[in-house]
Amino acid sequence: MRCRSCRGSAVIEIRRHHAAFCTEHFLTMFRTQVEKAIRRHRMLAPDDRILLAVSGGKDSLALWDVLLDLDYDVTGLYLGLGIADYSDRSHDVARAFADRRDVRLLTVDLERDHGYDIPTAGKRGSRSTCAVCGLSKRYVFNDAALEGGFDVVATGHNLDDEAATLLGNTLRWQTDAIARQSPALPAHDGLVKKVKPLHRLSELETAAYAFLRGIDYVVEECPLVAGNTQLRYKEAMNAIEQTSPGTKAQFFLGYLDRAMPLFRSEDRAELRACEECGQPTMGRFCAFCRARAQILGERLGTDPEPSDREVAGELADEVLPAEIYDRAVR
Amino acid sequence: MKVRLRNPDREVEVRGGRPVGSVLDELGIVVDTVLVIRAGELITREMPVRDEDELEIRPVISGGAR
Repeated sequence: MRCRSCRGSAVIEIRRHHAAFCTEHFLTMFRTQVEKAIRRHRMLAPDDRILLAVSGGKDSLALWDVLLDLDYDVTGLYLGLGIADYSDRSHDVARAFADRRDVRLLTVDLERDHGYDIPTAGKRGSRSTCAVCGLSKRYVFNDAALEGGFDVVATGHNLDDEAATLLGNTLRWQTDAIARQSPALPAHDGLVKKVKPLHRLSELETAAYAFLRGIDYVVEECPLVAGNTQLRYKEAMNAIEQTSPGTKAQFFLGYLDRAMPLFRSEDRAELRACEECGQPTMGRFCAFCRARAQILGERLGTDPEPSDREVAGELADEVLPAEIYDRAVR
Repeated sequence: MKVRLRNPDREVEVRGGRPVGSVLDELGIVVDTVLVIRAGELITREMPVRDEDELEIRPVISGGAR
């Protein structure tokens, strides 16, 4: 197989492009796709201070590497989830990358800073392990960005992540969630701007980029993820992609180009400050504080009974800072 | 030929003398869901592999809360 650009020996085939690439031209193509995403969705300004959510996996470290090479000012944020050896190894590779590139890595630890870890939260709360993990991440990233005066939070979501999420939302016809699945969400009322510069690149491409750049990343899967719905959607998309390469890209990038505007509505959430932590919420207390109180067996506020609004918020399990933000900025 | 599979880590022995894609088919692995690594380098699905080669087949899929 030959490189599309130079006809040299290829190391990676990208079937949706009907093309293969040598190392040099694959890395060039990868960076070009990131630049295209940033430009098309006006994700970053040259002098933005960027806070990058770093898990230690291939996506976040690949994104960190590309953004640094593109001369952006990027600080990493690692969130310690307390998942035994998996978290220790993730933290180690994140620190090693930061040392190697001589950049700053901030660390928040859920147990130390908020009183619980993810394995405990999965057992004690009403949410699934992955749901409370996602909620905790979105809260901490926004909180840390506000605290540190960052302009934007970047995450390593890739094309497979976004296509799987869109598939799940479409299967359930969650039209409000479909409407807000943009790779760039502007700042709004205490919610920091959020961007996903890898959304045009597949997991195969982010893994290949990390490997070819010599980035040590955590290959092991989170031990708590077994049976995760998102993984099942990814497997379904991969089964289609196997015989119809390009389907994932057509589905998600086509949605951004042609379908997302059709799902927009005038519904605009009214936000107020959470009475516990001050982050934006639609009720008295944000979803993070409610989840945390439930996990720790604590009561929020002084009212003996929750208000109707709080109950409604609790039912809408994913009413989180990011989601509230998504609704509010439409 | 030794093949190291990940998540969970395990090793299997398969026949060489054929393209990588054939090995993936035999193992029931979708081609775009893995990196295939030989001697520290990525190889594409049409590359022939030999009995004396050692491969790592590394999944690229990740899930959970992002």
